[in-house]
Amino acid sequence: MLSFIEEPLKTAALEVQEYVRLTTAAIRSLFSPPIYRHDIVEQFDAIGVRSLTVVLLTGFFTGAVLALQSGLTLDQFGARPVVGRLVSASMVKELGPVLTGLMLTGRVGSGIAAELGSMVVTDQINALRALGTDPIRKLVVPRMLAGVFMAPVLTVAADFVGIVGGWLVARFQLQVSSGVYWSSVLESLYIQDVWMGLIKPVVIGFVIVSVACHVGLRTSGGTEGVGRATTLAVVAGSVAVIAVDFFVTRLLISLMY
Amino acid sequence: MIVLEHVSLAFDEKVVLRDVSFTLLSGRTKIILGASGAGKSLTLKIILGLLRADGGAISIRGQRIDQLEEADLMEVRADVGMVFQEGALFDSLTVRENVGYRLYEETDLPLEQVDSRVKEVLGFVGLSEFIDRMPGALSGGQRRRVAIARAMASRPRMLLYDEPTTGLDPITATTVDNEIIKLRDLEEVSSILVTHQLRDAFYIATHEAVVDQGTTRIVPAGAEKRRETEFVMLRDGLLVFEGDADELRQSQDPYLETFLS
Repeated sequence: MLSFIEEPLKTAALEVQEYVRLTTAAIRSLFSPPIYRHDIVEQFDAIGVRSLTVVLLTGFFTGAVLALQSGLTLDQFGARPVVGRLVSASMVKELGPVLTGLMLTGRVGSGIAAELGSMVVTDQINALRALGTDPIRKLVVPRMLAGVFMAPVLTVAADFVGIVGGWLVARFQLQVSSGVYWSSVLESLYIQDVWMGLIKPVVIGFVIVSVACHVGLRTSGGTEGVGRATTLAVVAGSVAVIAVDFFVTRLLISLMY
Repeated sequence: MIVLEHVSLAFDEKVVLRDVSFTLLSGRTKIILGASGAGKSLTLKIILGLLRADGGAISIRGQRIDQLEEADLMEVRADVGMVFQEGALFDSLTVRENVGYRLYEETDLPLEQVDSRVKEVLGFVGLSEFIDRMPGALSGGQRRRVAIARAMASRPRMLLYDEPTTGLDPITATTVDNEIIKLRDLEEVSSILVTHQLRDAFYIATHEAVVDQGTTRIVPAGAEKRRETEFVMLRDGLLVFEGDADELRQSQDPYLETFLS
């Protein structure tokens, strides 16, 4: 009975220990050479620029459906003109960061885990080390930097197109005038909301990429193992996004509001 | 010179290496033979510091490497190249970038010099025309030869080969064997070769490269040259034989006789 509980606990503790070791080593690597600048630029493109389409589409339709749904509810109170307030507050504080995070987990987290996992099972990681390159500096650091810096940029883009999506629905479906909508959008946004909308994706971006790198680099079991690692990166990354969102929100509310 | 003293390794209950000791002298070749799972490839990874042994000492050119940190091992690895099973070429890089990887990424050499060295080593392994190909467009034998070119590009004094001919047809395997012989005899690279391909092991041990009127030829080796290549046999993690090709052939050990038959 004891071993039934002991084994999973030991495995979980080992995973946490390895995750902490990886992230610590990656953060420490930022402050000493060599820095692989070319790889950093490449990852900013791969993680940031190439995720733009999926993030914009998600943001747009989320904002649009939010306006549609909230329009029905607000009608019950005769408050249809404040639909912009609801869309902007929801997008900037919550849906923008979380949905961008989830989209990034699906697109970027799975890709990182599959790529690094394949490199592990084909001995390419060992080949890198044999050739004098630290895989953490070469593979993990550029991805983490790209995750941390590009997630907020993508979130801002998703927030904006989400509010635009909401405006299209408000204007043409709910018959709310553009002036009313946009002034409602701006009135509801406080500086604390904007900070929350910018800080959360930084943490989420870090978590998505670090979890994916950790899972990818611990891949074993050949091509089947790569498949398992990819699935695990998406599942663990998605859960982590939601959990981190809760804890960061709780922290920021206690600090800023 | 590489020295292993009483090296042992185990994964949980499974003991992989038990008290393994041997020495590779400069300019010599050591061929590690053994059945699958005997601990041959792991021995190479331990020598390069890619894996930590549970016990024993490993020295490269007089320096203990088994207790070095990863960052310090990078300097040691500059002197030791490794050819991995299946090549382990970087899929996303061209042959040129793979071969010149260490020089492009880890040194400050001017690009022209790196390019020139890449062309030189690709010429050495006879793959100059494949310089801009991606690894996916190469055959198995070509991938191994590119891996050899990558390992030798930074002029290491020692090379470790992990099953360099496994899975290749005999003709392609001989081409790879010839590259190993040329590196040993013309570039004076010390090497440890892990294999269970007896034909290739004996071919490497009994042939030498000579330059005759500007042309490199592979010919049967003289007695002295043959003694420069030694065999090590691992069985269930234990070193059960060490000696040259002739001693291996003459061994009366039943396991060795079965293995060689």
